[in-house]
Amino acid sequence: MDNIAGQKSGLSIATHLATLLLVVIWIVPTVGLLITSLRDQDAISQTGWWRALQGAPQTMILSVPVEGQVQEGDRWVLEANIFEGEPAGDLPPDILEKQTVESFGVSRLRGANVAAGGSAETRDGVTVTLTEDGTLTATAPERMEGPLNLPVALIAPPQMTLANYAEVLTDMSAEERAEARERGQTLTDMLFSDEALFGPFINTMTVAIPATIIPILIAAFAAYALAWMDFPGRGLLIAIVVGLLVVPLQLAFVPLTIIHGWLGIGKSFLGIWLAHTGFGLPLAVYLLRNYMVGLPRDIIENAKVDGATDFEIFVRIVLPLSFPALASFAIFQFLWTWNDLLVASVFLPADTESTVMTRFVVTNLLGSRGGEWHILAAAAFVMIAVPLVVFFSMQRFLVRGLLAGSVK
Amino acid sequence: MFDSVIVSGIATIIIGVGGMFAYFWLSNLFLDKVLFPPTGKDIGRNINRANMVRPWLFLFPAIFALGLYLVVPVFYSAWLSFTSGVAAEGSWYRNYSEIFQNETFRVSLLNNLLWVLVVPAASTFFGLVAAQLTDKLSWGNFAKSLIFMPMAISFVGASLIWSFVYHPDIEIGVINAIRGLFGAEEGVTLIDGQIVDSFLLMVVLIWIQTGFAMVILSAALRGVPEETIEAAIIDGANPFQIFFRIKVPQIIGTIVVVWTTITILVLKVYDIVAAMGNQYRNLEILPTQMMQYFDSGNYGFATAISVVIMILVLPVMVWNIRQARAETR
Repeated sequence: MDNIAGQKSGLSIATHLATLLLVVIWIVPTVGLLITSLRDQDAISQTGWWRALQGAPQTMILSVPVEGQVQEGDRWVLEANIFEGEPAGDLPPDILEKQTVESFGVSRLRGANVAAGGSAETRDGVTVTLTEDGTLTATAPERMEGPLNLPVALIAPPQMTLANYAEVLTDMSAEERAEARERGQTLTDMLFSDEALFGPFINTMTVAIPATIIPILIAAFAAYALAWMDFPGRGLLIAIVVGLLVVPLQLAFVPLTIIHGWLGIGKSFLGIWLAHTGFGLPLAVYLLRNYMVGLPRDIIENAKVDGATDFEIFVRIVLPLSFPALASFAIFQFLWTWNDLLVASVFLPADTESTVMTRFVVTNLLGSRGGEWHILAAAAFVMIAVPLVVFFSMQRFLVRGLLAGSVK
Repeated sequence: MFDSVIVSGIATIIIGVGGMFAYFWLSNLFLDKVLFPPTGKDIGRNINRANMVRPWLFLFPAIFALGLYLVVPVFYSAWLSFTSGVAAEGSWYRNYSEIFQNETFRVSLLNNLLWVLVVPAASTFFGLVAAQLTDKLSWGNFAKSLIFMPMAISFVGASLIWSFVYHPDIEIGVINAIRGLFGAEEGVTLIDGQIVDSFLLMVVLIWIQTGFAMVILSAALRGVPEETIEAAIIDGANPFQIFFRIKVPQIIGTIVVVWTTITILVLKVYDIVAAMGNQYRNLEILPTQMMQYFDSGNYGFATAISVVIMILVLPVMVWNIRQARAETR
């Protein structure tokens, strides 16, 4: 098929390019925020993250001495390198290492407004040329007096830092952490302070893990009954489960708040575990039943002939064979409970001691620190790191589960 | 205090799983050894009876949890929407008549319909394109994996990612930076409460859902019989004709499934608007409206809106059940 004349090569290059474009569009937003989360707070507001590898320009005033000037014809000429000798004295070591000029200027007021390689004239008639590697040429009609004070934007090499993560997890900058240490606070105190993200991280884990594990066994038993046991009303029950798959959770919020109030559960971790269990069951039962129905009939009937009870068949044969389906449901439920905002807003109290990350980000960070992207970016990646690891390590099961569930 | 939370989490797992297992084991044991033992003179009758009861032992915890957490709440919510809040004083439909007179509710209903029209269509379209493009590619699986990745990211995380893309500063936000490439000097605020800004929020959900559509449609495309494609090539069809005239008609069933699944998700989506457009009335959708009334304790309006969402979901639900019944038969 591939050798039909003239079609393949042109089209396949187009396919490669189109796919590449699609992939780039799809990952650029995430990559952008990831890079931002690793950048210095000041660098984020100065240059876009796509320039992170070039480094950010830092403008500083350099004072270039004019002692080295020589007379050439009727003009005085100074040749120097700003990265050597006296002007370099005040420069931070990382800039010295990079030795790159982005732009420069001749007036403090206007700043570094000429790109490197260009030239500019001062009010005194001195023509200054500064190239990217720091070579400075100044020519003047008269002997220059006093040093040349030039605003120069120098490229600082990119600095990847985990400081933002430390800051968002403890709600303290590096200096504040040092001060807190002097006051005798331990790392644990800082991590569990009121506005730190670490507490919500632990809470999210506390919500997600039981809420993933508990429904599995309940659903597996029910799925076995719906797949392999004969009883009146089975078809109706399956239809109800399929119907419940799409019921909007919103309908459950008011009634369950009232019911949990009656039962004395109120807003608590127990409440959200039960809620996630109930809300996850339709998908669990549906996925597991679809899978179990496909298991070979012979195995189950042979076991029955050998005198195994349904309970034994389920525990010894069906449950181990259903591992792939159990794994896909577990991944779905884990991603859903970890990423959930809505159920957590309804069933958990709002205080920091029990709030989850999604809610903490929306109410605490987006509200009061909406403009502080070094905090928000790091918070975002603390939030999505675990799901991404689960996703990339278990993608196989996730895809299989999606395909099994796609009949809905 | 966090220690106690972790301990109670572990305890819940142990009690939950262990308790469930104990329940299933003990109830089966009770059924077989005490209630209807397969011994003595009633052996035949007892086996039959035990087999009639056993499915319900297996099903009971699931039915109880589904009943308490989904079935009862649906009817309870409907009942509350007719009897609580303003309906307690006036006629039974007052919650509904008042929310429908509310301008913000009408805006959110309209927005919800816009979301339902745009997001499933766009996600399915991009998913189909991605599935077809990556189908025969050597690095297709790698590409798919990257397009699929947003699926793992929470709506809140995705909202942060895209808020950053939409950042008004020309040196920070990618969209404004691209405008800069075409000569714009100043960044513009992209999300400022215009009705059309909803589309920028929809992009986030399309970005997430395209991977889902792609994975399922890609499996469907692989299932298209080779002979039909070979026959089309021999008849001189070009690649576009093969795609639109041969492949798409054969996977139309799967396309509908993907479309409806995403539609259901769109009707319930809350997080993206809560995180990105919370302060703008023009961007509200039904779930955000519902949560506002819920948080302020106005259960009458809250349940009425949730019933409206349910009514919007109902056609898909009926269609799903009919499909499932047709399959199990």
